[in-house]
Amino acid sequence: MAQEILRVEELKKYFLTSRGTVRAVDGVSFALEEKETLGLVGESGSGKSTTAYTVVGIYAPTAGRILFQGQDISRPVNKRPKALKRSIQIVFQDPGTSLNPRRTIGQILELPLKVHQIGTRRDRKHRVTELLQLVELPADYQHKAPHMLGGGERQMVAIARALATEPQLVILDEPTSALDVSIQAKIINMLLKFQQEMGLSYLFITHDLSLMRNVATRVAIMYLGKICELAPTKQFFHNPLHPYTQMLLSSIPVVSEDEEDLKPEKVVSRGEIPSPVNVPPGCRFHTRCLEVGAGCREREPEMVEVEPGHFVSCLKFSPAGAFQAASAGSEEVDT
Amino acid sequence: MTSPLLHIQGLHVEFKVYEGLLRVLNGVQMAVHQGERVGLVGEAGCGKTTTMKCVLRILPSPPGRITVGRITFHGQDILKMSTQHVQRVRGRGIAMIFQDPTAALNPVFTIGDQLMTVIKYGSRENLGRKEVRARAIAVLQEVQLPDPERILTNYPVQLSGGMRQRVCIAMALSTEPEVLIADEPTTSLDVTIQDQILRLLGELVEKRQTAVIFITHSLGVVREMADRVYVMYAGSIVESAPKEELFGNPLHPYTQGLMRAVPKLTGGGIAEGIPGRIPDYLNPPPGCRFQPRCPQAIEGCELSSPPLVQVRPGHEVACFLFRES
Amino acid sequence: MTMGSRYGSAFARRWEGFRRGWYKFSRNPVSVVGLVFVFSISFLAVFAPYVAPYPEHAGRFVNFSEASQPPSWKHLCGTDVFGRDILSRIFFGFRYSLMMGVVVLALVVPPGVVLGLVAGYWRGTWIDTVVMRITDIFLAVPPLILALAVCSVLTPSVFNAMMAVSLMWWPWYTRLVYGLASSLRNEFFVQAAEVVGASRTHILFREILPNCVSSIFTKMSLDMGWVILIGSALSFVGLGAQPPTPDLGTMVADGAKYLPDQWWIAIFPALAIMITVLGFNLIGDGFRDLFALEEV
Repeated sequence: MAQEILRVEELKKYFLTSRGTVRAVDGVSFALEEKETLGLVGESGSGKSTTAYTVVGIYAPTAGRILFQGQDISRPVNKRPKALKRSIQIVFQDPGTSLNPRRTIGQILELPLKVHQIGTRRDRKHRVTELLQLVELPADYQHKAPHMLGGGERQMVAIARALATEPQLVILDEPTSALDVSIQAKIINMLLKFQQEMGLSYLFITHDLSLMRNVATRVAIMYLGKICELAPTKQFFHNPLHPYTQMLLSSIPVVSEDEEDLKPEKVVSRGEIPSPVNVPPGCRFHTRCLEVGAGCREREPEMVEVEPGHFVSCLKFSPAGAFQAASAGSEEVDT
Repeated sequence: MTSPLLHIQGLHVEFKVYEGLLRVLNGVQMAVHQGERVGLVGEAGCGKTTTMKCVLRILPSPPGRITVGRITFHGQDILKMSTQHVQRVRGRGIAMIFQDPTAALNPVFTIGDQLMTVIKYGSRENLGRKEVRARAIAVLQEVQLPDPERILTNYPVQLSGGMRQRVCIAMALSTEPEVLIADEPTTSLDVTIQDQILRLLGELVEKRQTAVIFITHSLGVVREMADRVYVMYAGSIVESAPKEELFGNPLHPYTQGLMRAVPKLTGGGIAEGIPGRIPDYLNPPPGCRFQPRCPQAIEGCELSSPPLVQVRPGHEVACFLFRES
Repeated sequence: MTMGSRYGSAFARRWEGFRRGWYKFSRNPVSVVGLVFVFSISFLAVFAPYVAPYPEHAGRFVNFSEASQPPSWKHLCGTDVFGRDILSRIFFGFRYSLMMGVVVLALVVPPGVVLGLVAGYWRGTWIDTVVMRITDIFLAVPPLILALAVCSVLTPSVFNAMMAVSLMWWPWYTRLVYGLASSLRNEFFVQAAEVVGASRTHILFREILPNCVSSIFTKMSLDMGWVILIGSALSFVGLGAQPPTPDLGTMVADGAKYLPDQWWIAIFPALAIMITVLGFNLIGDGFRDLFALEEV
């Protein structure tokens, strides 16, 4: 039975701003097993990146718990033990700013080794060359500055940096969103290979469902700070239950007829994502939902296990009585 | 076939940098007819935006320089026009929307200021204030923005990304251009908003019979938006075909590689991608620029650059594997 | 975009970096002119005893038979009321001007920058409040007034003038770096370093500071001009260098009495100040481009 490497329980992260409290993450729970990839999918304002940053320690949680290998680590990174910083690493989304433009690639890759005092100076130089080889970059790149590399190459350096300390959990925050599809393919294949060879567990943040179909073991969809649906990949795509999931799937531009057939037909995207400062009452998706019912404005749905491993947070699937279908033609869209 | 409205022929562009000359565009050919929806697809650095900047003559020069080529609009060469003439073409003949609507809108002016300025100066008639304002409201309604009167008084920062892009579309279409260049207009937007914007754009250009050049790096988007697709690689067009033909029967090895690399909703894993990297524009390969990475390269590919020729009805490829029909 | 590997030995790399830097700097012809000015003036200042036509005129020297001579082939800038060659004194005067600039900046930049880094990194905490309020207080006092006040309390000398100017100059660097550091603090690469576990010292000096260097250097080049001007102003009112020290500001002060008849006594030193300040100002643009990252 696979071990659980990460468990998040009712995680909340709120930001206080002049415009009000931003409820970026508002009660998120999931678990990640060793060597699996959990895809955390959502659009802007969903809270997926904030969740990732809180897990890795850039933010301190407002409430809830984060457990890594059974240990409670619900603290920001400067309060975590040093050894933990070897085990959990992150690859950021924007290769343009995740590498210090004023440092060389060699210095960037050497930093994790220096911090954790891995080997002597000569060993480290050697390891830097190894890391570059690992991501199929020439050894003399260590003397170059990041802006001399293309976006894909920079991202490979970012990945090499994350792997330098031989971590167990790697958070990938949209690692290929800014890259072209052919480079994305190369990087994803590389990441999958590393996962196999090094036994890594991935928390993969993205908005690209087509990518998740091919990479994730399980997928979770987030909307405005909460998880709407969580399921193993195949089930997720063959039987999407939450109305938001269906709306997302039907919006994806695809390249073949087969994929078109897989998309839910009746759901057309409408409305805009509300601001996380002004979360709608009741079910937070009700302002855009095409199947909104009378109870949806008042009651927040809970996560219900509809089939083994497949969880949905929608009143349609709640225990009897919570959901009442609306009378036809009386719903308005709030934009 | 009627003559094209906009015709790019043999466009070569160089950039002067510290190390020498970057040969960025290597003979671009493209034809856009009235009311036609053309997709230009290619990866970062292939020269799509550079090409469009040449069309509007907004290429920064230095360091850029058009060495050879013609771009005709209604038969007249844009590259040879006087500055005043080009000014008239920009906006009224050919309009453009950009990838980042936040950067395209001036943050210190209201939407109304910016939109009405465009309408006033873009119009062929002399319009009074009331008329300009009425037109502004009308075009905001056309892009399905709720409460247009309030939007006129808003600043860009008060609107969401999707709304800002709708405003940019409104601005571009308010001058009733014959050609609209949309440079990755939905790349920075969420997927559900992208879907709405793409459908809106489709409806609007259909209604007005505006020709569109839709630039994107996403094959999925181009399949939804375009009638005819041009595939660009390292500074030139490698394949062009009507949409169904291209997706049903991609011929150029690069196009095939791209199609394979796209993750499919139906699963099946991720293909290997295309080995190698884009060529060094300082020292491009003497022959076909894709040859160093091409799994199907044959003898002769490294010697000369294949011309874009028609190999099936309506389907052109620049590849020595195919013969002109 | 890839480039062929030119990066052989470490020396070859440094040389390549220097050549590339020169390429970027020289895109601005005006800055190159400024650089020529600054090099020439520095050369003259350093080698003054060897290149000045009358080096002994820089100190105590009197020759009334040659006093107040207009510019001639013998004395290119004429002589002052004591018969001293003005051109030679200008060369020596450059020494004091440059020294003023270099010493003040050397005193001011390190502490100012460090305070700015610290306040910017801990923005929003008490560290930020304390440092920036102190900075604000110093910034509120008009610089020249403060310098005058300090100088008039202490015995007038070049040294004290430098101290006075330093005292009111450091806050500008703190404020500059504070703005930069507090926004850089949230960049992904800084967070990546924190996540890896890098020490605060590393983050401040190896991650954040290198990204501030461009602005700091550009400001320093402009400040050289300002410091020299203020130093000259202090000497002009008698609070800086004392006679017979050949300081440019003092020379202008002394010569002002003889305008407009013996115009050369004041005008040439004034021109010398102007060219010095101008040279440093013109370099500013070049520095900005020098530090810019090339777009690939």
